[in-house]
Amino acid sequence: MRPNSFVAFVSGVLLCAAGATASWAQESHIGGVTGHAAAGKKLYRRYCIGCHGPDGDGAGENAPWIDPKPRDFTLGVFKCRSTPTGTLPTDQDLFNAMTRGFVTTNMPQWLPLTGQNRADLVAYIKSFSPKWKTLKPGTPITIPAESRLTIESVLHGRQLYQKMECWKCHGAQGHADGPSAATLTDNKDLPIRPYDFATGSRFMCGVTNQDLYKIFMTGLDGTPMPSFADNLQPADGWDLVHFLRTLQPLDTPEAALWKAWLASHAGELKPIGPGGGGE
Amino acid sequence: MRTHSMLIPVAAVLVLGVLVRSGAVHAAAAAGTISGKVTYTGTPPKMKPIDMAKEPNCVTQHAGAPVLTETVVTGPGNTLRWVVVYVSAGDQGSAPGTETVRLDQKGCQYIPHVLVVQPNQPLDIYNDDPHSHNIHPLAKLNPEWNKSQPAGAPPIHTKWELPEFIPVKCNVHPWMHGWHLVLATSHYAVTGEDGAFSLSGLPPGKYTVTAWQEQFGTLSQDVTVSGTETKAINFVFKATPY
Repeated sequence: MRPNSFVAFVSGVLLCAAGATASWAQESHIGGVTGHAAAGKKLYRRYCIGCHGPDGDGAGENAPWIDPKPRDFTLGVFKCRSTPTGTLPTDQDLFNAMTRGFVTTNMPQWLPLTGQNRADLVAYIKSFSPKWKTLKPGTPITIPAESRLTIESVLHGRQLYQKMECWKCHGAQGHADGPSAATLTDNKDLPIRPYDFATGSRFMCGVTNQDLYKIFMTGLDGTPMPSFADNLQPADGWDLVHFLRTLQPLDTPEAALWKAWLASHAGELKPIGPGGGGE
Repeated sequence: MRTHSMLIPVAAVLVLGVLVRSGAVHAAAAAGTISGKVTYTGTPPKMKPIDMAKEPNCVTQHAGAPVLTETVVTGPGNTLRWVVVYVSAGDQGSAPGTETVRLDQKGCQYIPHVLVVQPNQPLDIYNDDPHSHNIHPLAKLNPEWNKSQPAGAPPIHTKWELPEFIPVKCNVHPWMHGWHLVLATSHYAVTGEDGAFSLSGLPPGKYTVTAWQEQFGTLSQDVTVSGTETKAINFVFKATPY
């Protein structure tokens, strides 16, 4: 360790002395792997340039035929983050997004690339926006342990779905048909759809309950999906997760519990929507 | 000892400086004013009534007086409202903005439609409606964020660090559109319906004054201010209906 850090220090000093801009922005750190922008550039020109373009602005030659449009890296605005709205994502966030791909978009999973390759790409992608030179990534939000799944939790989550007005976009049944769904636009004024829970597809930023929790606590920056972190307590967050899971046509524990409860209590529910109680 | 003996002359100079400044308020070295009016020629676009049917509560709030879009708001005598007039070059004597600026979301509108803040000036955003809004400033130099603010939620305390003209929208209510102008100068004015503006407290010097209108863009003029005079300048935008 010692000699390593010494070598790193000396080479850092040498780079600075040489006037090289060996900034943090040209490296990425994912676990123990360090990605390098120079290596990432070669990979980018082979795998990413077609959609994201030579300048990283999302205007590659395939872009006209793609909807939603490829990410414009020059803005430094990213959907899937572990960090609060308005902050840069961590290297790990970008690495995860690249690895996972974006369901319902043209962005595939990049699992065929090695971890080192993906880390190199993260380093290169950060070179497109000047924000990485002046700002640090946000501090990841704290996600407390998931609360116990109970019917009370699901019911409270349903109340929150009404109160936080999730239904205005996602619809009373989560079918992406709320009153505001048709007019949504992203930060480039292009039309964009809310997530349709009825598809049962993966969420934009992962598959787990934790990923779902993160989505509404951080917001999907650049899209109409805002952060609810200022107005949802952590326990509220888990209740909302439990309810949202029941909207998906999947065999989840939440759905099973909900179905069993509904069988004898369906009549007690006020419908969700304008003037609805959600109770 | 050393530092003390240094401090005394420094303090003396400071005191002198303050005396000179305060004594000079009405003297030749005092500040001038640039004032005038913003008008248009040609045909401006007609503002359309906003259909707020999606949010019945907002329809009720405006019952009887349907709200019009605010992209180009005119007054009698071809004046233009919501124009920001500011010193864009040669700025001197600016003070940092310290007073908290307030933005309200009321009746599914941003009030005011156009607001000016200086870098790091406190900005409080209130939701006065009995339903949710999401505030989504489409900043490019500053961080772009997007926060939900449900009914009864506390105000959002925020600020902008870098000068930038930021469009702000609410995704839930797509007609809601406003502007946050982050200006590095404290010499600015937002025109009312009479199109009038006045930039005061300008030390003698050569200034570039710019008028910005969200649809018509910017106009600039160079103005030299000496003494306590009030220089009159006007801005005339060429309006097109589309």
